[in-house]
Amino acid sequence: MLAPSAFILGLFIVYPLGRAVWLGQQRCNAFGDQCRSNGFDQYLDIFTSNEFQSALRATIILTVITVPLGLFLGVGLAVLADKHLRGVGFFRTAFSSTIATSVAVASLMWLFLLQPSVGALANIDWINSLFPVIKDPGLLQDPDTALPSVAMSSVWAGLGFTFILVTASLQGVPRELHEAAAVDGATGTMRFWKITVPLLAPTLIFVVIVLTTRAFQTFGEVDLLTNGGPRPGNSTTTITYFVYGEASVIASDPGLQAGGAVLLFVILLFLSGLQLRGLGRRTDLG
Amino acid sequence: MTDVRVPAPAPGTAASDGDEASKPPAWGHRTHAWDEPHGWRRFGRYALLVVITVAVLFPVYTTVVSAFKPSDKFLVNPLVPDSFTLDVIREAWTSGNLGRYLFNSTVVAIAITTAQVVTSLLSGYAFAYLRFPGRKIVFYAFLATLLVPLEATVFVNFQTIESGLTLPFSLPLIGDHIPFGGLNSFQALIVPFLATAFGTFLMRQALLDLPSDLREAARLDGIGHLGFIRHVAVPLVRPTLAALALFTFLSAWNQYLWPSLIINEADANTVQSGLRVLSKSNLDQPNLVMAGTVIAAIPILIVLIIFQKQLVRGLTAGAVKG
Repeated sequence: MLAPSAFILGLFIVYPLGRAVWLGQQRCNAFGDQCRSNGFDQYLDIFTSNEFQSALRATIILTVITVPLGLFLGVGLAVLADKHLRGVGFFRTAFSSTIATSVAVASLMWLFLLQPSVGALANIDWINSLFPVIKDPGLLQDPDTALPSVAMSSVWAGLGFTFILVTASLQGVPRELHEAAAVDGATGTMRFWKITVPLLAPTLIFVVIVLTTRAFQTFGEVDLLTNGGPRPGNSTTTITYFVYGEASVIASDPGLQAGGAVLLFVILLFLSGLQLRGLGRRTDLG
Repeated sequence: MTDVRVPAPAPGTAASDGDEASKPPAWGHRTHAWDEPHGWRRFGRYALLVVITVAVLFPVYTTVVSAFKPSDKFLVNPLVPDSFTLDVIREAWTSGNLGRYLFNSTVVAIAITTAQVVTSLLSGYAFAYLRFPGRKIVFYAFLATLLVPLEATVFVNFQTIESGLTLPFSLPLIGDHIPFGGLNSFQALIVPFLATAFGTFLMRQALLDLPSDLREAARLDGIGHLGFIRHVAVPLVRPTLAALALFTFLSAWNQYLWPSLIINEADANTVQSGLRVLSKSNLDQPNLVMAGTVIAAIPILIVLIIFQKQLVRGLTAGAVKG
């Protein structure tokens, strides 16, 4: 009964991981063949290379923007739309709607939104005069704004997921708690920090874990919005794009690609270790 | 694009009493709940909600407007819905190949979902009820695969799929080589995702939550393992199965990295890798790309509207039981 699952997991997760660790220390010629062992310090070489460091930096910046902003917007909107207002269902539908978009759908919507000549933002005059960069050279074409723009598209695409999760667990917060605290004179802000946040803690931690992992795996947004550019500089080349992107400098070098993939795994493992420790410490709150 | 609703009863932290939460509060006969904002605060809150809604829906609005505008009008003013045509949608469907991509994605997502429900039930059952040597080690090995991201394995999986798997021994019927269909095949899109540790643990937990005498009683009645799963367990764990199925379907449908690597023939693309091709080969025709995007988004929108309830369960399953 275990055989089907064990076979698939072994063949497509365990074996490739082990093989990637082996391939990652191989050096290949310019055509990507005739690979031979180069020693396991090749991992160190890859990690310390300018290209990998730049990709790591881009990935970390992306994480630092998307995780706090995504969490803030998700929780903020969920709390805002939690009150007994007439028509709140409409707003909830609107805020959840981005869950229906895949990476490709969301990224293409933003590609059109940010496109510098016929794009949507470029056609609104007052926004253009405030931010001339939208038309020249374009938010995705300017090295300073490209990565934050990719991050915005990511936050937007993830908003529905965060909003739905937080809204769902907000319903589990007993109203009696809020009512009793309000009777005792607690303000809305106090109740938010003393009642809502502690009771939501497990959900919030889960959201942070998912958003962080997602940020470190960012590929589709970069592939569709910037191709890892703008060049030179490649300010939006994330680690995943560095490994798998067709415009990446290592696109035809299997040894370095496998090595980069293993490094990504090690970094994510390190992150989940940190998060599990944090989780262990915080669950007593829930 | 705007019609996915958050179901009012929410499992979340209190999955069992979801029904209670959906009822209006006891003081519903009053005009205001005690914490309902009124006066200026009420107005301020509505204003804020409206502004944010406009901002969130703006990319959707621009997409839909441009998808239904004739190409000549689109270039003049892409933001105003002053003319309407289905020509661009039609073009995306036929020469943009979206019809074919939708078919491929549907086949792939349904195959993966069906297979994962079955493999998860079987392995979840094995971990929940069977005692066998090495059980603990296998259990932790399954658990460990949860830590390995797709991005770390895709590279070698590409090679496995491309050249097939050559076994060091010969199996009856199969021989010593499993071909997996090669690049651009349905098998290539499906096979690596036939089973997951996530599904295994989700089903194991659901099966363990069943009353413990149930398995014993079934055994005394002479019901075997598969009989128990089919006739006793499946009807009881149906909500978890439905959540797993929806979650798996969405993940399979939304795959981007894998199909864009292993597909290089136009007709073999899924919706996601097909959109990629459409976008990269029509940079000068954003309205055609937007039309493709609209077509690609609609099926998932319909699925989400039908299965709203399972969605929250599926999303929170990871939080509660992952």
